Amino acid sequence: MSEQMEQSVNRTVLSARRLALPSHWMNGLMNVLRKSGYLVGSMALLILLWEVASRLSGQVLPGPVITLGIFWELISNPFYNYGPNDKGIALQFTASLQRVFAGFLLGAIVAVPLGIVMGAVPFCRKLFDPIVQVLRPVSPLAWFPIGLAAFQSVGPATIFIIFITSLWPTVVNTAFGVSSIPKDHRNVAAVFRFSKWKYLTKVLFPYTLPHILTGLRLSLGIAWMVIVAAEMLSGGTGIGFFVWDSWNALSVERVIAAIVLIGLVGLLLDRVFYYIEQRFKYGG
Amino acid sequence: MSYLEIENMSKVYSTKKGDFQVLQNINLSIERGEFVSLIGHSGCGKSTILNIVAGLEKATTGQVILDGAPVTGPGPDRGVVFQNYSLLPWFSVWENVYEVVDAVFRDRSKDEKKAIVERYLTVVGLWNHRHKRPDEISGGMKQRAAIARAFAVGPQVLLLDEPFGALDALTRATLQDELVTLMKPTEDSSVDGGPNSGTDTVIMVTHDIDEAIFLSDRIVVMTNGPSATIETIINVPIKRPRVRRDVLHDPVYNELKEELLEYLHGSPVISR
Repeated sequence: MSEQMEQSVNRTVLSARRLALPSHWMNGLMNVLRKSGYLVGSMALLILLWEVASRLSGQVLPGPVITLGIFWELISNPFYNYGPNDKGIALQFTASLQRVFAGFLLGAIVAVPLGIVMGAVPFCRKLFDPIVQVLRPVSPLAWFPIGLAAFQSVGPATIFIIFITSLWPTVVNTAFGVSSIPKDHRNVAAVFRFSKWKYLTKVLFPYTLPHILTGLRLSLGIAWMVIVAAEMLSGGTGIGFFVWDSWNALSVERVIAAIVLIGLVGLLLDRVFYYIEQRFKYGG
Repeated sequence: MSYLEIENMSKVYSTKKGDFQVLQNINLSIERGEFVSLIGHSGCGKSTILNIVAGLEKATTGQVILDGAPVTGPGPDRGVVFQNYSLLPWFSVWENVYEVVDAVFRDRSKDEKKAIVERYLTVVGLWNHRHKRPDEISGGMKQRAAIARAFAVGPQVLLLDEPFGALDALTRATLQDELVTLMKPTEDSSVDGGPNSGTDTVIMVTHDIDEAIFLSDRIVVMTNGPSATIETIINVPIKRPRVRRDVLHDPVYNELKEELLEYLHGSPVISR
């Protein structure tokens, strides 16, 4: 008897909960639907334009359907390894991502301190700024021979390119962040005699962190763009090599499928960094 | 010699159009325990005087002498409450006060420093809001936090730069009362002087006549800039402790208000 009552009570509680859900969840659901609606719409538009372009080119540009088949083939068996020139797509991406992160992290280790010094010390800014301005617009690939000459090996040379190209946005953003610390914050540190270390860790760094993260996000984006080109030159492994190899095998479908994957991975990297960036934003 | 001396102070800014004289010939002596207000129209350089006393700006000529020693730069012996609160937005209220206490009392133990923070946040009524960040609290609460921060390091002189200017009238009155409470020596002197920090000398910049009369012992009226100087100094002979309602009914209060209004708005010098 009492068990029955307990059950019925439980049921009431459950149904009450179920009733309480909608108003709160519906809003969230509608929001997600609205956002994904735009995503679906824009993807549909892209595929439509692609199909039209493909027909106009007389199938020289493979259409979405055939490419999707290849795409599926690539991602359904991503980890196979049939020797040095025939590896699954996931292995290629892993190789590329490793190089990107190696170069990117090395770049960050140099760029953040350099940016802080440039932002904080006018003498250093005046000294380093011309160097940054001259080196920043140099095409990443122009560095490749320098990398080869310096390291006598393709692998480190590729990482060197990523390093040198992912430096600049972080340097520039960090320096800007540091130099724009409001006078109010500096006055607080001055009046209460903050030590150099306290100023660095409790004022300068927290204020500059969002700028640094923006710089790092831009740097990572550039690194991801550059790796494809770099690997086309270096060969061996990686997604850039995969694209070039597919072109040599006259498989434009594979090239396009790879482009789509490169775009998606790039988007994912950007989103992750964007999320981190938002986490460290503070209100005014 | 007085506790705080401002001697022949002048300030000239160099601009592209040439030199711009903000202040000239400022001489002011302030005794220990005095509350002095600087009042004047905007642009008369009253904030500049405060910044120079704080050490945040350098005087072009003249000097500031505090307790016999010339002021050479900013320091915690002169606590500043800034016009726009100047709390660090990435820190909670507690951290904002703690970091400052930690910077000034380097050789004290962590527990001692925490106790100081707790005492002052309690006095200004923010202890329950200590975990909130500046963007999560009202303007009045921000200024309370800034006042707690300034008092917590036990400055010899407190410098207030239009501290209540951005607040609504009700909050302003409450905070003025709280400031008076913080300044007043308390009976409970067991705990390091109780809530009172020993800070009793204040220079406040304001453009609110009522505020100036209610809080000050003397009111320094500035002439209009450029080349502003001290026009006159008015004594406020209302006895302390002052209670807002009583002060408002004091006939002296209205006389002083008339006099100040005359200086600030009645003189023919003003061309607006």
